Amino acid sequence: MFQFDQVVIDMILKGINETLFMTLMSTFMGYVLGLPLGIALAVTDKDGIRPLAPVYRVLDIVTNVVRSIPFLILLILVLPLTRFIVGQTYGSAATVVPLVIAAAPFIARMVESSLKEVDKGVIEAAQSMGAGNVKIILKVLLVEARTSLIVGVTIALGTILGYSAMSGVVGGGGLGDIAIRYGYYRYQPDIMIVTIVILIVLVQILQGIGMLVSAKLDRRKKA
Amino acid sequence: MSSLISVKNLVKQYGNGVKALDQINLEIEKGDIFGIIGMSGAGKSTLVRCLNYLERPTEGQVFVKGRELSKLRGKQLRSERQKISMIFQHFNLLMQKNVIDNICFPLEIAGVSRKQAKKRAGELLQIVGLEEKAKAYPSQLSGGQKQRVAIARALANNPDILLCDEATSALDPQTTQSILELLQKINSDYGITIVIITHEMSVVQRICNKVAILENGHLVETGTVSKIFANPESDAAKSMIFGEEISVDQMKGKHLVRVVFRENSSFEPVIGNLILRYKQPVNILFADTKNINGTATGEMILQLPEEEETAAQMIAYLEERKLVVKEVDDDVSI
Repeated sequence: MFQFDQVVIDMILKGINETLFMTLMSTFMGYVLGLPLGIALAVTDKDGIRPLAPVYRVLDIVTNVVRSIPFLILLILVLPLTRFIVGQTYGSAATVVPLVIAAAPFIARMVESSLKEVDKGVIEAAQSMGAGNVKIILKVLLVEARTSLIVGVTIALGTILGYSAMSGVVGGGGLGDIAIRYGYYRYQPDIMIVTIVILIVLVQILQGIGMLVSAKLDRRKKA
Repeated sequence: MSSLISVKNLVKQYGNGVKALDQINLEIEKGDIFGIIGMSGAGKSTLVRCLNYLERPTEGQVFVKGRELSKLRGKQLRSERQKISMIFQHFNLLMQKNVIDNICFPLEIAGVSRKQAKKRAGELLQIVGLEEKAKAYPSQLSGGQKQRVAIARALANNPDILLCDEATSALDPQTTQSILELLQKINSDYGITIVIITHEMSVVQRICNKVAILENGHLVETGTVSKIFANPESDAAKSMIFGEEISVDQMKGKHLVRVVFRENSSFEPVIGNLILRYKQPVNILFADTKNINGTATGEMILQLPEEEETAAQMIAYLEERKLVVKEVDDDVSI
């Protein structure tokens, strides 16, 4: 049996650190790209506030194409880009690049569906008050959909955390890397199980926080 | 161009070729409470949305205060809309904002400072009688309270016109009454012209001074409420006014006349005198009193004697007493 000495504990702590870095950084960057993309999808669709069929069609196809590529393959496909941006292709910083590319279209779809849930009547009311499209996006769509958007962030965090673990296959760092190296290559399932348990706990914590925040911000329930 | 709102030859055709509105001409004067009534699918909601250009007409023009809306672009149209407020059947409040922030919302759009907006919102809450609900969220309010908030919100930018799209259709009769009273107060206290879209004749009777009747995208009759109530000409108007209350019993017989009584005709016992004078019985088939613009107005359907001459004399007698008399079909099943 393997001993959980200080070296292993340090390694696991470092893994947690790297996993959290990759997840939070990629989610943040994913939203930097995905939020505007999602807004553009919701706004330019035929029921949107500014229907623009050509724009919608292009964005729609791009998001679908990227989303269709399995993450492991995307990871390898974007290696040249990763090298260009980060300077190396291994380690947790390098993993952020494919993670953002994978997350952005997925986040865009979730943003799109959250914004489309906003009551058309409320949008019409804002239009009747003379609000322009930018004001409607900023003050109506994003505000009215905020609960659903935060649930989306929670889902995105969980999914990206899962993706980050996959990057262990190519030496991406983090808990997934440890699980694959020890559990798969070295036949030490106990370390793998420990990392899996930690991953589960992390997902639970992120999920819990997200749900708490979204419930706290929701004013639709009767007090 | 003296009218506040003037609609000329308006046509709205949808992509599938359906004409939702066809050749609509309408004049709404300042200070009017103008009812637009019709069955569902008649085109009322489309028409009211053409008045603030939420819907663009396919043909024709809409003038508001002499300005043609189709000539306004982007920003100009949006600033014009701040003077044409609108309230809705389902209130359409921002669910994630509290009452005071909902009322501040149009002011925020208009670029009013936060401090001034709050002050104005406080005044408006007082007007609609909801001061104690300032911090409540829409989900904590009843339907009537939500509509009051929507009305306060609609008044925020001191509009000239308030468009009401089935504003009382989701409310119970008592709440409807109180909302209508509030609208009436807004009209008389602030001189705001109100356009009311409804499918309920009772709403028009209670507060409107003028009415337009819409049927299948056509305007079939327009005029003052008292005139149209007393003397409806189109079938749509008749069915709106007679309602369903007498449709159950078909009234058969000859010489049926509909008599409308106004306040000034209630001093004399007209029907009693009529019978005494001609020594012939008349049959009262239907009688009702309706409140039109706050004045009790009676209507009655009488069956006059078979004999042509007596019947004609009786009609003349009633007309002499300034009653509105109209022969109705042999077989009234309105």
